Amino acid sequence: MTQPVMVNVEKLNKSFGSLHVLKDIDITVKESDVVCLIGASGSGKSTLLRCLNFLELKDSGTITLEGEIVEASSIDLNKVREKVGMVFQHFHLFPHKTVLENIIEAPIHVKKIGKAQARKEGKELLAKVGLSDKEDVYPAKLSGGQKQRVAIARALAMKPDVMLFDEPTSALDPELVGEVLATMKQLAVEGMTMIVVTHEMGFAKEVADWVVYMHDGRIVEVGHPEHVFNNPKEQRTKDFLDSVL
Amino acid sequence: MEWLNAFIETYPVFLRGMLLTFQLTAVSVFIAIFIGLFFAFLKISNIKPLEWLADLYIFIVRGTPLVVQIFVFYFGLTSLDISQFWSVVLGLAFHNGAYIAEIFRGTIQSIDRGQMEAGRSLGMTNNLAYRRIILPQAMRRAMPPLGNQFIIALKDSSLASFIGMYELFNVATTYGSNNFDYMTYLLIVAVYYLILVLIFSILVRYIEKRMSISD
Repeated sequence: MTQPVMVNVEKLNKSFGSLHVLKDIDITVKESDVVCLIGASGSGKSTLLRCLNFLELKDSGTITLEGEIVEASSIDLNKVREKVGMVFQHFHLFPHKTVLENIIEAPIHVKKIGKAQARKEGKELLAKVGLSDKEDVYPAKLSGGQKQRVAIARALAMKPDVMLFDEPTSALDPELVGEVLATMKQLAVEGMTMIVVTHEMGFAKEVADWVVYMHDGRIVEVGHPEHVFNNPKEQRTKDFLDSVL
Repeated sequence: MEWLNAFIETYPVFLRGMLLTFQLTAVSVFIAIFIGLFFAFLKISNIKPLEWLADLYIFIVRGTPLVVQIFVFYFGLTSLDISQFWSVVLGLAFHNGAYIAEIFRGTIQSIDRGQMEAGRSLGMTNNLAYRRIILPQAMRRAMPPLGNQFIIALKDSSLASFIGMYELFNVATTYGSNNFDYMTYLLIVAVYYLILVLIFSILVRYIEKRMSISD
């Protein structure tokens, strides 16, 4: 059975000034795929993720979402962003709102669903990420791991079709990484389409359907985690894995 | 003792002057907050002509004495049948608006870029993200400098005496000249200003505390 294509990227290019950070990126993500983007800092993986959400605007190439070509100018970008959830390295929770308010903010003001309904769904999401007792707490009182789980719940509240994770555990103390990865694993099991920029090779090995290794703005190797980690075809992938594992 | 007697004798008049000083300040700063917000948005609009307009406004306010601004507003607006009170209020608002614009611009730009990105990634429009995410945080950060600006405005309102408003400073100099004793009444008026500033500082600290429950 072939799944429908969720995200398709063709010949994507992006430069910051004279720095060419993405070079002819092609990538196809199908529904329920969990894709991990790995590579050294500066390899362009975060930029690729941000281009998918149009937080960075591509210079050329096409991005297709659920069969529709998305251009920054031509269509309602906000509608696209409603379908694509994003989790940031530094959480970016809204500090002036409680945990539950963080979660229901966009459903109420963007999707315009009723407050009672939003609160009900928000509480369910908090239960799902294991933070039911924190709904009236402000983000400043949470640990990093709890913040990131709230951020995941906040993104899920918009009922996205794809979730993007930009190094979701890189800002966490080591002992807090596990709780966030567990939440993500649960999402993967439930069939969420996920694109994850990560340095957690253990997570990539265990959860990813396939792994993309990027180097210097190019995709160097794509494959099943078994193959990429145990038997990389490319020397550069091998060197990278030797340096991180 | 003489000073204390003078203080007790004159307090009904000084209290009326204090009320007028407070009204001039409160109304003008209230208007200045909206002027400031407007020009702060022009400055961060990324549209060059609008930025220039804001720069020009701030340049004029910063580059000319407040007393000149008050006279220009007074002669300009009273000739249009606008009352003395409102011409001074608008003059002070015009003046303070520029400083408040800079306060807001600074605090809005101090909000982490990730806040806007988080809002946008949830499907918010630019406007919605400003209204619901950026401005509430920027406003909170603006409270201490705004409180400071209010105190400056309170003291600057003494210049309204130049066009004959019977506010605190004018009360003091009138008593001073009538009694050939400026020192006594200037020391009295200083006490009234200190009381006003003290009350206001306590109020600002209270508001700041209320607003910072989330930190």
